Amino acid sequence: MKCRVCREPAVIDVRRHNAAFCPEHFVTHCREQVRRSVHDHRMLEPGERVLVAVSGGKDSLALWDLLVDLGYHADGFYLGLGIDRYSDESVRFARAFARERSLKLHEVDLRDDFGFDIPAAVAVTHRSPCGACGLSKRHLFNAVALEHGYDVVATGHNLDDEAAVLLGNVLRWDAGYLGRQHPVLPAAEGFARKVKPLVRLGEREMAAYCVLRGIDYQVEECPMAAGNKHLGYKEILNALEDRSPGSKAAFFFGFLERAHPRFAADATHEREALGACRECGAPTTTDVCAFCKLRVRAS
Amino acid sequence: MKITLRNPKQELDVRGPLTVVALLQRLDLNPESVLVIAGDELVARDARLDDSAVVEIRPVISGGAP
Repeated sequence: MKCRVCREPAVIDVRRHNAAFCPEHFVTHCREQVRRSVHDHRMLEPGERVLVAVSGGKDSLALWDLLVDLGYHADGFYLGLGIDRYSDESVRFARAFARERSLKLHEVDLRDDFGFDIPAAVAVTHRSPCGACGLSKRHLFNAVALEHGYDVVATGHNLDDEAAVLLGNVLRWDAGYLGRQHPVLPAAEGFARKVKPLVRLGEREMAAYCVLRGIDYQVEECPMAAGNKHLGYKEILNALEDRSPGSKAAFFFGFLERAHPRFAADATHEREALGACRECGAPTTTDVCAFCKLRVRAS
Repeated sequence: MKITLRNPKQELDVRGPLTVVALLQRLDLNPESVLVIAGDELVARDARLDDSAVVEIRPVISGGAP
């Protein structure tokens, strides 16, 4: 295989683009895909302060690297989940990345700052580990961004993540989730803008980007994610992709172009019905937000 | 060649030479779900791996909270 650009030996193929790349031009390809996502969806404006949600995994560290490389003022935010050795290791990758590049990393720890961790939350509620984790992340990414005056929260959701979530949403025909599934969620009362600049890049591309850029990341899977339904959706989608390259991109970008506008009103109605949590002030449909309920029960 | 698999960690000996795609077929792995790293170098699916190669097959799928 030869690099599409320079004809030197390729180290990675991207079958949905019918292309292969040498290390240098693969990194250029990733930057170009992020630049295009940011431009096409008007994710970021020059001079805006970006808070990157960093887990220590490949996607979030690659995203942070790419945004800084593209000239954005991007700081990181790491949330300690208290998942034993897994969390101990993940924070080390996040801190090392920030330290080596002299970048600012905010840290919040569920156990130290809110009196519970994900294993405790799972033990006392009926939530799945990924449900409790996702709820805590969404709440605290937003809260920390607002507290520190960031214009936007950037998350490392890639094409595979979005295609898997879309498959789950379609299987349940969940109109509210379908309306909210977009690379940009605009700012609103109580909400920072949220953007997903990696949506044009697959999971395999992000892992390759880290290897080629020398970014150390946590390869091990979260022990509490075993059996997670999105992992199953990803396996199904990868089986499709192997037979028919481009399937995931066609599924997700076809949805954005042709179906998302039909569901957007459902998400708008949900946001219009929100009030303020009496505990923390975060937007919620009930008197007390889901995160505060979780905190009270689990701590 | 020495093969290391991750999640869960497992070490295998496989007789080479083999192309990357043939190795993945033999191990019943989807090329969309892994990277293949020979020594410290990322290798494309048509790369030939000789019998003395030290190879890591790294999963790329991460799950958890969307």
